[in-house]
Amino acid sequence: MTAQTLTTAAYLLAALLFLASLAGLAKHETARTGVRTGIAGMTIALVAAVAANLDSGATGLLVLVVALVVGAAIGLWRAKVVEMTGMPELIALMHSFVGLAAVLVGWNGYLDHGAEDGLTGSLLGVHHAEVVIGVFIGAVTFTGSIIAYLKLSARINSSPLQLPGRHVLNLLALVAFAVLTVVFVVQPAVWVLGVVTVVALLLGLHLVASIGGGDMPVVVSMLNSYSGWAAAAAGFLLSNDLLIITGALVGSSGAYLSYIMCKAMNRSFVSVIAGGFGAPTASGAAQVDGEHREIDAAGVAELLTSARTVVITPGYGMAVAQAQHPVAEMTRRLRAQGVEVRFGIHPVAGRLPGHMNVLLAEANIPYDVVLEMDEINDDLADTDVVLVIGANDTVNPSAAEDPASPIAGMPVLHVWEARNVVVFKRSMASGYAGVQNPLFFRENTQMLFGDAKDRVVDIVAALPAPVSAG
Amino acid sequence: MNDSEPTAGAAPSVGVRAETEKAETRVALTPDTVGKVLGLGYQVTVESGAGTRSGFDDQAYRDAGAEVVDGPVWGADVVIGINPPPAEDIRRLRPGATSISMLAPALEPDRVAVLAEQGVTALAMDAVPRISRAQSLDVLSSMANIAGYRAVIEAAHAFGRFLTGQVTAAGKVPPAKVLVAGVGVAGLAAIAAANSLGAVVRATDPRPEVADQVRSLGGEYLAVDVVQDMGTDGYAKATSEDYDRRAAEIYAEQAADVDIVITTALIPGRPAPRLLTAEHVASMKPGSVVVDMAAAQGGNVAGTVAGEVVVTDNGVTLIGYTDLPGRLPAQASQLYGTNVVNLLRLLTPGKDGQLTLDLDDVVQRGMTVAHGGQVLWPPPPVSVSATPAAAAAAAPAAPAAKEEPVRRPWLRAAGAVLGALVLFGITSVAPAPLAGHLTVFALAVVIGFYVIGNVHHALHTPLMSVTNAISGIIVVAALLQIGTDDALVTGLSGAAVLLTTINIVGGFAVTRRMLNMFSRS
Repeated sequence: MTAQTLTTAAYLLAALLFLASLAGLAKHETARTGVRTGIAGMTIALVAAVAANLDSGATGLLVLVVALVVGAAIGLWRAKVVEMTGMPELIALMHSFVGLAAVLVGWNGYLDHGAEDGLTGSLLGVHHAEVVIGVFIGAVTFTGSIIAYLKLSARINSSPLQLPGRHVLNLLALVAFAVLTVVFVVQPAVWVLGVVTVVALLLGLHLVASIGGGDMPVVVSMLNSYSGWAAAAAGFLLSNDLLIITGALVGSSGAYLSYIMCKAMNRSFVSVIAGGFGAPTASGAAQVDGEHREIDAAGVAELLTSARTVVITPGYGMAVAQAQHPVAEMTRRLRAQGVEVRFGIHPVAGRLPGHMNVLLAEANIPYDVVLEMDEINDDLADTDVVLVIGANDTVNPSAAEDPASPIAGMPVLHVWEARNVVVFKRSMASGYAGVQNPLFFRENTQMLFGDAKDRVVDIVAALPAPVSAG
Repeated sequence: MNDSEPTAGAAPSVGVRAETEKAETRVALTPDTVGKVLGLGYQVTVESGAGTRSGFDDQAYRDAGAEVVDGPVWGADVVIGINPPPAEDIRRLRPGATSISMLAPALEPDRVAVLAEQGVTALAMDAVPRISRAQSLDVLSSMANIAGYRAVIEAAHAFGRFLTGQVTAAGKVPPAKVLVAGVGVAGLAAIAAANSLGAVVRATDPRPEVADQVRSLGGEYLAVDVVQDMGTDGYAKATSEDYDRRAAEIYAEQAADVDIVITTALIPGRPAPRLLTAEHVASMKPGSVVVDMAAAQGGNVAGTVAGEVVVTDNGVTLIGYTDLPGRLPAQASQLYGTNVVNLLRLLTPGKDGQLTLDLDDVVQRGMTVAHGGQVLWPPPPVSVSATPAAAAAAAPAAPAAKEEPVRRPWLRAAGAVLGALVLFGITSVAPAPLAGHLTVFALAVVIGFYVIGNVHHALHTPLMSVTNAISGIIVVAALLQIGTDDALVTGLSGAAVLLTTINIVGGFAVTRRMLNMFSRS
């Protein structure tokens, strides 16, 4: 038993614990245990890594301890203060940290010549290739995540950047990467690595900048995936199986989520990554015009109290308006009156996979009334009232009925089949996809204009004292 | 513009007439709706006794803030009633005043002419255009809804049996069969009411698109397999000959089978279509009941008498009540009053009691039959906005959706083969340690995919934050590099450790925070 074998054993244990952690997250009942398992795995891995490092100099140890303590403090602080509506931003920002760390590790792998000791011939070449690949993936993740963070926190415009020949630019960057990798393997030089880093940084920037706000769930899960691949690349670089396994787990997790999101939008992964929806093509989409009906909050309250079944379909607008708490209060009051209230969540509602679920959970809405689109779609025809709060494209009937629509074929919540639909909206503007929504003009649809939070508060105020019906 | 003069500096007044027709039990505004009219900036004057037959006494109106006067209220700025103002009383309206009531302008052009002559603005509550936005003013709908319900109640009352099927200790009772002819608002209300009483409900209508509505209320739609157009005004049109023949066959079959028939077929401005002939009625079982909701317009059923109950020789009860909404007077008044309030809301955009008529608005234009001395009936036609184009569009959707998958399997297979070849190629030439790493990597990817596939959709955000935290495992790499003499390397590793620690600790902490919020009811 040597220090080396001890570390290896610890790493194996940690890898299995991570796997168990992800498996635990499959169900609500085991999710908390899953997180604890993950923490245990991480603790074991860290202790093993630090222990293996005890022989490094005093400076090294000092830097290590300071970095760990400061990092932990910042992490705890961010986790404590983050608003649940701000989760997408936080997660995007954290991806950028992993990306940056991967870049640093890659650079170190080259600069720290000690790491090359004993490497000769093809192994040295492999090492250099690993450096370039690690830096490349890390850098793309880094700038991509930063842009995603800026877009999600509305610090920059979330509309897609449409550079001329943007596909060619992306392709050129990839070709340059391939060429530079070969160059670096043959003749390693700092400038080559520098150029690769810059190219990758620009590629990440451009990739995410050209994707619009509505595709953010895909982007965030894609970056999640990249951050995993970056970790795996570092594992190859350092011949560390723990890194490889963990990176692969995270990478495939993010890839799977991206796949689910793309399926929910009926779009291919490539088309999302290559750039958002084009300018709304007026050609195919049937021009919808007609009269919409307005309703006031008291009217909605009356409608709700006389209903037996109510389904609420929230979207990003609910998160923006921070309306989840009043919505929860409304749900509680209605349930107290014997109204069956459920939630229908479209897979791409919000800016993060599962975003709506977290917001509703934050507002103490029991998770067993929060259903996925496929679970609730068949029940909508038997529903008395559907409240559409801040959702638009995910409830657009033209996706199901108008083959010329840009969102044709996208699975949507069939809210229009319900007896009454109330749409909460700021104005009659079209949704993210730039597609007009014929739902607003349906016979059974009524519009409630204004800030979603204010309107829901108004409804809650009108609920306990129902307007007398004569 | 309406030049109504406010009386002595006070707010413009709304007068509520006491209905003079003997059979009328309703009142145009209830105390509840009076409150809403006051909120629009008007004064309200109510003729004493106006609400008595609906169950609202004068005191209730006073409590609501209205002034109750003994005499008639013809001098008010806005005079509201249910039935048309009697011809002799129209002369008592002030020129420039507004009269709101049902008017049947198509059937009684003379009255409209008199109203125009008097110089009043006459708004017909029964001439609301059938568009979504105007639904809240449409008294025909709100009254038809009540009438449809009441028709079932009247039928149940006259029908000497349960409507619902029961199995009791004393034997089995089959459910009654109800046929509803004409699925408008009244028909739908009748279907819902009969269904909730437990009857087996069938319905006919020339418009096939109502089938879903019938089913949604628990009824069965009997289709007449003859193509039939819908008018542009939202009402059923007169039917074709083919259609009539097939429909007559259905009625003949049904009449002999069902226990209760409720007919609601009306075509605006025309006598009611005859649906059940004398032979049909004769074929019905004794004890059956027919409610003819079109009795006032000549009746859908042979033998009905408007306003009367007739029992035929073979024991079939024919109910021809024309006052079905009035048989639920309080509720009918409330709904009528709410329709009036919604109209006044539309006419009083400033909520200041200033009635402003906008003849460019299709709803207001459609209802205005007389204004400024002119007869404005009939209004220019309004097209219903919601034409059902969806059904036609749904068919081509299928081939369009199929196109893409045709290309994809090929691409996907090619991609898989290419990927396999690349992996094979790299591993076959890779030096020993790399090959081992690739094996671990490939297996971990596959395992990861299966594990993640099981994760509940609601937990995707916690999943992302956990994977985020564990992707901080790259800290191990940074830690391994920190112990070198190179200051630059140590600095960079330190930075990497800092960043990844934020990730690890923050990721796990925020996941715990999230998961603690999830709770079961």
